[in-house]
Amino acid sequence: MQVTINVNGEDRTAEVEARHLLVRFLRDDLGLTGTHWGCDTSNCGTCVVLFDGEPVKSCTVLAAMAAGHEVRTVESLETGDGLDPVQQGFIEQHGLQCGFCTPGMMMSARALLDRNPDPSEQEIREAISGQLCRCTGYLNIVRAVQWAARHPAGTANETETETAGSTP
Amino acid sequence: MTAVTESAETGSAPASERPVGYGRLKRKEDPRFVRGKGHYVDDVQLPGMLHGAVLRSPLAHARIVSIDTSAAESHPKVRAVITGAALEGLGLAWMPTLSMDTQAVLATDKVRFQGQEVAFVVAEDHYAARDALELIDVEYEPLPPVINARHALDADAPVIRDDLEGRTDNHIFDWEAGDKAATDEVFARADVVVTQEMLYPRVHPAPLETCGCVADMDPVDGKLTLWETTQAPHAHRTLYAMVAGLPEQKIRVISPDIGGGFGNKVGIYPGYVCAVVGSILTKKPVKWVEDRSENLMSTSFARDYHMRGEIAATREGKILGVRVKVLADHGAFNGTAQPTKYPAGFFHIFTGSYDIEAAHCQVTGVYTNKAPGGVAYACSFRVTEAVYLVERLVDCLADELGQDPAELRMRNLLRPEQFPYENKTGWEYDSGDYPATLRKALDLAGYDTLRREQAERRARGELMGIGLSFFTETVGAGPRKHMDILGLGMADGCELRVHPTGKAVVRLSVQSQGQGHETTFAQIVAEELGIPPEDIEVVHGDTDQTPFGLGTYGSRSTPVSGAAAAVVARKVRDKARIIAGAMLEVTPEDLEWEKGRWFVKGDPGTARTIQEIALAAHGALELPEGVEGHLEATTVYNPPNLTFPYGAYLCVVDVDPGTGEVKVRRFVAVDDCGTRINPMIIEGQVHGGLADGVGMALMEIISFDEDGNCLSGSFMDYLVPTALETPAWELGNTVTPSPHHPIGAKGVGESATVGSPAAVVNAVMDAIGVRHADMPLTPGRVWQAMHGGVEPPQ
Repeated sequence: MQVTINVNGEDRTAEVEARHLLVRFLRDDLGLTGTHWGCDTSNCGTCVVLFDGEPVKSCTVLAAMAAGHEVRTVESLETGDGLDPVQQGFIEQHGLQCGFCTPGMMMSARALLDRNPDPSEQEIREAISGQLCRCTGYLNIVRAVQWAARHPAGTANETETETAGSTP
Repeated sequence: MTAVTESAETGSAPASERPVGYGRLKRKEDPRFVRGKGHYVDDVQLPGMLHGAVLRSPLAHARIVSIDTSAAESHPKVRAVITGAALEGLGLAWMPTLSMDTQAVLATDKVRFQGQEVAFVVAEDHYAARDALELIDVEYEPLPPVINARHALDADAPVIRDDLEGRTDNHIFDWEAGDKAATDEVFARADVVVTQEMLYPRVHPAPLETCGCVADMDPVDGKLTLWETTQAPHAHRTLYAMVAGLPEQKIRVISPDIGGGFGNKVGIYPGYVCAVVGSILTKKPVKWVEDRSENLMSTSFARDYHMRGEIAATREGKILGVRVKVLADHGAFNGTAQPTKYPAGFFHIFTGSYDIEAAHCQVTGVYTNKAPGGVAYACSFRVTEAVYLVERLVDCLADELGQDPAELRMRNLLRPEQFPYENKTGWEYDSGDYPATLRKALDLAGYDTLRREQAERRARGELMGIGLSFFTETVGAGPRKHMDILGLGMADGCELRVHPTGKAVVRLSVQSQGQGHETTFAQIVAEELGIPPEDIEVVHGDTDQTPFGLGTYGSRSTPVSGAAAAVVARKVRDKARIIAGAMLEVTPEDLEWEKGRWFVKGDPGTARTIQEIALAAHGALELPEGVEGHLEATTVYNPPNLTFPYGAYLCVVDVDPGTGEVKVRRFVAVDDCGTRINPMIIEGQVHGGLADGVGMALMEIISFDEDGNCLSGSFMDYLVPTALETPAWELGNTVTPSPHHPIGAKGVGESATVGSPAAVVNAVMDAIGVRHADMPLTPGRVWQAMHGGVEPPQ
């Protein structure tokens, strides 16, 4: 069947099987490999994209179900104005190590900040609780999102001394 | 060798005074990762690429009666179906494991664990390959499986490895360390002996990226290019050459960005071999990427150590000795990835961090009808099991004596003046100030206040627990005289080239799975040469572009390859001195080094920077007799000893008395990994390891039913921690450099995974007032432990 999905602001059309998953459509048909795949059971969240603005796991959405909808992937976060504050926050706070969960985490963070620009630590933890990270122990991901919330314009403030430090 | 805090480190010094290398540098890797531009194995797309899928055994133990592949072969999109019989014709049905055993690539005679590889389909797309698996008809004759390791050596146990000539039982090895007679003597005269059975259950590293590869055999020039999720690309290349008879110069292994390893990606898996064969047969590139169930059910598990520990002490609480017996479940093939002479890895370090008189351990390895593996999940070659054992025993002893576990540890820790210290199994700990580190952890946590709070809560019927662990790690294998994997010595090469404009490229044998090598290794070279880290390109993960070495696991990158990077930079610096002498028309001995320049002694204004020297080295300058042009060097670093990072961890938990649910409220970790190159990266490594430890202690287990069905084959069943189960980690550090490492660094990647499980379990036992219950401490298991006892998990 033929589907047309608006991906990152552009209508993309492809011939797919009815069982074709959205994550495979993005990765294999469009070459948008920033969206990862890690489990097929909706547990790991490396495949999270924004579906009409809401974070969804693209391994449990059929490409056909996305026809006529808007999908945003990690590749859309950076604009002509530079990195999204969430992207900058992950760099500033060492919110990533192997980078595999990072795109999904960042998309969830983007969706959270879009509806709640000043989330509490607990709200951030809940927002990413459907996603797994095996490297960071989550604390620096939380700090990365907090950094993004504090810097809605996204630019790192050179005078700040904050780091991914851990002084209790 | 004194412990100092981070305030004395380079990281917080003003930029003008700070050396160019070390400190909290943002990672060079991150700009590509945050843009979704990482390049992982599954991102590789080649023209005409085909897709492979593995048919796996549904049974744990069965004889293969027949395999009918005709229906699969007639599927319109299928290009090849490979079975064990086909591989036998190529001499590839079996392959050596990293422990000198053999493992079936595709089963020929029997299947020996659920999930074992039986056939491999190559098709035009991923979906068609999976469809075709359904069309293969395998007839099995079920055999009784051996699932419980405790029955593996029973006289009537089915023999799993009847493929091995003369094999009549499931015994793999016996191994021991320490002095049995001396230990027995110490136990005989001890006032107190505490004995505890404990199981470190089978767990799985479960990196978010599963294992996979793209094999591309060029049919014209005979060159195999293999993109692979491997932590050891050079070792893999050599093993493919040895096993498959391919010429080594015609094999290029590329390990691109890797989505986490944790030991899961050290070994060679049948899927890799099948993809290579598939590419040879079809003359097309073949991609194979396992799914999550395949990853959890068939690839390198970790632990599965049944331990009986005994600790002997005086009535006052002086620990005298430790005695251990271990039954090690190695699964159907002995596929542990560890140095050849060490069948129980570095379990020797079960003597812990304590000044004891004698120790002895005896380990027996057995086959069972479970997936092969054993050394994975950031365990530092079984140090995790050893630390868990001794740190649980110390708490059991504290319970027996009615003493505070912190005081008991403090009384028995090795003292700074005892280093270098030879432990009772013959290992030389390089450096440490253990009491200072423990004291720092207790201070950071506010230990006395916590104990008072605990007493108050207990009076109200609340279950609060405080758990400690003090661990000594042993990492950075070789030396190669003692340590090899399948005959390949554990030493690592490094190459450094300074370009004419003073920029540099450093080529490493090790490979990153998220540890940030592109940043850390640039910092090491920067510190030695005075070239800014941003001017140094780090090349790794490609055997055609990097020198030979054994790879990244066992926390060996910094201890071994980090040393190589420092040594090779010093070689370049020495050569730069000769060239600077020629430039300044003085003898090299008249020159002194200072962060990026050689200057004339007593005349600091007369100097040449490393950048000026690099240009001259490539220019028309007449060089002294015997000095070659250009500015580059190579080295191979063979470590003189292992390094011994250590740390003190403290965990605070609250247990729900009604449900047994454990909440980790606080976790304080004070690590000493010697010289700290990039504290930001070190802290990230520790955070990740602590989450692993909480996961293992509370949630994770690969379990089986009595028929050998794996009950943990997805992330629905194999639970790993999320942001909700993990607290805001509280870190501290002390710095005791390694005296034998060129820059004093010890490695840190696995410290927290090694040290944290015992702290969590000790905290839960402290909360519920039970001496011991095995992991994972799920609510149900904790509740059972509180109400009469809980059996070891299956």
